[in-house]
Amino acid sequence: MNPLAIVNGRLVDPAGGIDAGGLLIANRQIAAVGAFDIPVDAQTIDARGALIAPGLIDMGIFAIDIPAFVAGGITRAALMPDQSPPLDDSALVQRAAAAGKPNVWIHPIAAATRGLAGAELAEIGLMKAAGACGVATGRGWIADSGVMYRLLSYASALDLLVISNAEDGGLAAGAVMTEGETATRLGLAAAPAIAESMAVARDLALAEETGARLHLRKLSTARSFDLVRAAKRRGVRVTCGTSPAYLFLSDVAVGPFLTFTRLSPPLRSEADRLATIAAVADGTVDVLCSAHDPQGPEAKRLPFADAAPGMAGASTLLTLTLGLVRDGVIDLPRLFALLSANPARLLGLPGGGLAIGGEADVILVDPEAPWKIDADTLPGAAGNTPFDGLPVQGKVLKTIKGGQLLG
Amino acid sequence: MSDIAPRPPATPEGVHPFPHRHLTGIQGLQPWEIMFLLDEAEQWIALNRGSAQARHDHRLAGLTQINAFFENSTRTLLSFEIAGKRLGADVVNMAVAQSSVKKGETLIDTAVTLNAMHADVIVIRHEASGAVDLIADKVDCPVLNAGDGRHEHPTQALLDALTIRRRKGRIEGLTVAICGDVLHSRVARSNILSLTALNAQVRVVGPPTLIPAAIDRMGVSVHTDFDEGIAGADVVMMLRLQRERMAGGYVPSPREYHALYGLTPDRLKQAAPDALVMHPGPMNRGVEIDSVVADDPDRSAITEQVEMGVAVRMACLDVLTRTRRGVEGWA
Repeated sequence: MNPLAIVNGRLVDPAGGIDAGGLLIANRQIAAVGAFDIPVDAQTIDARGALIAPGLIDMGIFAIDIPAFVAGGITRAALMPDQSPPLDDSALVQRAAAAGKPNVWIHPIAAATRGLAGAELAEIGLMKAAGACGVATGRGWIADSGVMYRLLSYASALDLLVISNAEDGGLAAGAVMTEGETATRLGLAAAPAIAESMAVARDLALAEETGARLHLRKLSTARSFDLVRAAKRRGVRVTCGTSPAYLFLSDVAVGPFLTFTRLSPPLRSEADRLATIAAVADGTVDVLCSAHDPQGPEAKRLPFADAAPGMAGASTLLTLTLGLVRDGVIDLPRLFALLSANPARLLGLPGGGLAIGGEADVILVDPEAPWKIDADTLPGAAGNTPFDGLPVQGKVLKTIKGGQLLG
Repeated sequence: MSDIAPRPPATPEGVHPFPHRHLTGIQGLQPWEIMFLLDEAEQWIALNRGSAQARHDHRLAGLTQINAFFENSTRTLLSFEIAGKRLGADVVNMAVAQSSVKKGETLIDTAVTLNAMHADVIVIRHEASGAVDLIADKVDCPVLNAGDGRHEHPTQALLDALTIRRRKGRIEGLTVAICGDVLHSRVARSNILSLTALNAQVRVVGPPTLIPAAIDRMGVSVHTDFDEGIAGADVVMMLRLQRERMAGGYVPSPREYHALYGLTPDRLKQAAPDALVMHPGPMNRGVEIDSVVADDPDRSAITEQVEMGVAVRMACLDVLTRTRRGVEGWA
């Protein structure tokens, strides 16, 4: 494979700043950064001022959807164990790890408990050996505190990240929305927002007790962020993530029973939405993820409460979160830390930076290009996005995986 | 304190009295549109009270009305069936027990099927909030919501408003206490929307476990003490508490519910001396309401509500099919 030279770009390194320059890729690795002599046999791409940034590492997707990942600039994705069957066995983990190659690498997250049932520990040591990059409770929460305690203790010995879905099952049982005026007007079953922070509080206490590494996958309420903020100050080994839906939408978006807005956790109040943005601004949030979960009409063209939760988010993750930079919430290097460097560090994966010698997982981005999100033409398996019809700015121009141009 | 008494809303000059294709809820209706439907219903009360020969009108002759009830119902289904037949429509009932819904057909497929049969009006009841809106989007004919989940039951709110207006002479300025299981009640939601739109003072009364969050944002006051909630009320509207919710899930027992939130003759003394007692039925006698209260013809409007139900549904069927029938001014 000939070397690939990208010139006339703006380099965005999560570890540094933004510099004018280019990038040379040779032997699937980053060979030079900034100014360099272009080898005679190199293929050259003129970036025309576009951003050159590390490929996104999407921490926690539910479906392997390569077209959506390539369109969204995602070069690695951590697969949630909620598959059919659940990833609770080393053979299943091994198979899942091979599923996306060579275009996008899939890094399976092992099921913490057998069948994700929340009762008995799965063989997480063997699954780690088979390639699992972490363990997760899946879409559900482990209700039994004894099981969660033993999981965290056991995982800490293996130095495996435990990814928890913080939602108290008792409070959230049967609920499809957050309690509030919208849910009351629509007559939809709702749970109070503290269903999340109660679960966060317990998981934090257990992580502190065991010294395990805990990652709270998608947080969305002010109280949850307050708890994480305080725990980080105490030195608890906790990190957390959130998704664009909780940054840009509140529960009023459910409007006339729009099932594309049926999410888990459900959309929150406007005050919680603003608290989520504040938590990104002050560094409480470590990861931005899409929680990509494409669902076709058979799962979404139903009455609201019968529809499956989840949204297709991979292809719009970067576009939407670029809004945080335009709004002055964070700068570009920080955005790519949240989208790429931090997930790489937490999961122990290569990539996430532009260092010489690193894996050539690189994207070209025009942060200004205007377009409109359209559910009918969204790249990927399904178009179930709550952002349907939204005019946005920022487009991935090229996705390069291991030096290979994908699109 | 203002001396300006609230007045009933009137249709503004030059405005169409009811510019809606469907009736999926009270939400979205203007106050004068609600009043228009009540006024239209008045004529049918007289007709329904007439002799067997006089109890018929033929304006819906040749039109097909499908009653698609995905949730069990006796009285509402019967009321819609009688309303359609009195107007001369060909009424067909589709009950879940006999339908392909049990065989796994989706709601949208059912809607498309009903549409292909060229119904002229479809009346729908469904257990899921929002299901009727979903169907209304997919069919070419008017759709009438006969109750969707906990969301809305617009014809119940209309018949309640008509009952109140006939018994009290007005709605505006009255204090109406809606009592009981507000959380699970579509009747409560539609009534709150219509009564607040018509300038009544609405209170909701019940145990905190049965009052939905932020209900005060709908323009009502919230009371968890029953005596305080009905004090001085002109109308006491009781809601049905379903049996499965009395057994410890939301309230400890029927006995305790009756002791704290049941409408007894003694309790009723807290309300205005001429307070009207209402209930959408079917009643749990001895739980949310005592028989002595329910059967007192001077206080209880419960059977009158049933009568008004037929009249209101006739009015809705008539108004919603006017465009199809080419009635002048409705094309």
